[in-house]
Amino acid sequence: MTSSQDLPARIDRIYREEHGRVVASLARRFGDLDIAEDAAGEALLAAVEQWPDEGIPPNPGGWLTSTAVHRAIDRIRRESLRDTKHRAAIMITDDTPHESTGPVEDDRLRLMFTCCHPALPAEARVALTLRLLGGLTTEEIARGFLVPETTMARRLTRAKAKIKAANIPFRVPDSSDVTDRLGAVLNVVHLVFNEGYLAGAGDDPVRAELSDEAIRLGRLLRTLLPDEGEVAGLLALMLLIDARRSTRVAGGELVRLDEQDRGAWDPELIAEGHALVRECLARVAGGGPGPGTYQLMAAINAVHTDASDARDTDWGQIVQLYDRLHAVTPTPIVAMNRAIAVAELDGPEVALAIVDPLRLEDYHAWHATRADLLRRLGRGSESRSAYDAAIAATDNSAEQTYLRRRRDQLSAR
Amino acid sequence: MTQYMISVNHIGPYPDPTTEEAQASFAATGAFNERLMEAGQWVFAGGLQPLDTATAVDGRGGDVTVTDGAFSESKEYLGGFWVIDVADLDEALKIAAEGSKACGQAVVVRPFQGE
Repeated sequence: MTSSQDLPARIDRIYREEHGRVVASLARRFGDLDIAEDAAGEALLAAVEQWPDEGIPPNPGGWLTSTAVHRAIDRIRRESLRDTKHRAAIMITDDTPHESTGPVEDDRLRLMFTCCHPALPAEARVALTLRLLGGLTTEEIARGFLVPETTMARRLTRAKAKIKAANIPFRVPDSSDVTDRLGAVLNVVHLVFNEGYLAGAGDDPVRAELSDEAIRLGRLLRTLLPDEGEVAGLLALMLLIDARRSTRVAGGELVRLDEQDRGAWDPELIAEGHALVRECLARVAGGGPGPGTYQLMAAINAVHTDASDARDTDWGQIVQLYDRLHAVTPTPIVAMNRAIAVAELDGPEVALAIVDPLRLEDYHAWHATRADLLRRLGRGSESRSAYDAAIAATDNSAEQTYLRRRRDQLSAR
Repeated sequence: MTQYMISVNHIGPYPDPTTEEAQASFAATGAFNERLMEAGQWVFAGGLQPLDTATAVDGRGGDVTVTDGAFSESKEYLGGFWVIDVADLDEALKIAAEGSKACGQAVVVRPFQGE
């Protein structure tokens, strides 16, 4: 039977989908992340042992949670921890949902705000979110972020120790703080997405899976906070970029947006992303708060994915959106991306005058953008040294292959 | 409940206490302290005399050595602190932000070791 063949993969998928819920529910109940995490791991082992014989239970998430709760109680009894909180937790026999203490009642949302607490270092926020909500192993996270496993393990241990010692609460912030704190959560999800997306073809597949994980977290946030424009914006942004994933690299070489095979873009993801962007526009038009960074970036990507041919791109609208984005997020990288759109509208000379003073010497895309603008202006030797600088500034092999070809085309002329 | 220390670190000499600005920050800090007491979050607070009043004592060896000044050559030194008792870090951070605003200095929040 094929189902028994697929069983380990199915268990793995269920576990990953349910991990956040199980850990979050136990963390609330026992007030201790280590106990919650260990018990979730033990519940998985029990599932791997029992499900092949007994079949997957009708409510696998509930099965995993109640198994984990029993394992946690066993452990607490065994170790006879004297903490009153744990003793109190054992007394609880009622499994009904907890009371609401924030704008949205969901343990996973509480856990997400705990993992992304501003008192934790940014790199630890990302790792904790993937470990506790995404169910990724420490080894997988380490591979995803290209650091040794021991480094990642230390980072996670230190962050969990701080949560415990500094008493970082397991709570959704009250409505006066939720917008600020939500920004940190969205930032983590976006970082996870980029980490996966920027990994080239032929790289470790675990890295590409980070994008899927980010989209899953984005969908979860969207379910939990359906009225937050930036939540919808981030999900739309990720979907519209992910829709182009398969066309972004061909034969080990990066393919620029204007040269991608648009027919191979994923129409379902694009439709979903466009619907979210329309919803954001309607919310803003209806008197809601002005669009933030993610909604504006999603709108820019919606304009790109709206053009079935690169030549049909509405550059005027893209420049306008970049103007608004730059007003909200005045970073040199936004200024540079705006200039790339300006080049299509007002020509490479105007764009170069914006790009040159930004002096993002360590950023390969700055050199690559200059190289392209200089090439279009017929300034070949300057363009060539800019390509050289761009190649030197990136480790991504698909990017390097693309830049080398463009540089070599230059010298052939 | 968790106890936290909110410490005020200074670099360089204390500001001149006679200026209008310093007077305003003393008044704001006093009002902040009263709010902490009324809310039952106050454990202790105090401002320290300047660092040149410090005396270092080392009793680890056979002879106790007493020297003028602090141990470290660090530019940063403790100017004062609050000890508060609140539910969790979020509450402590909110209070720390108010305290920082009142005294006109950046502050650091650290939990005390548990029981």
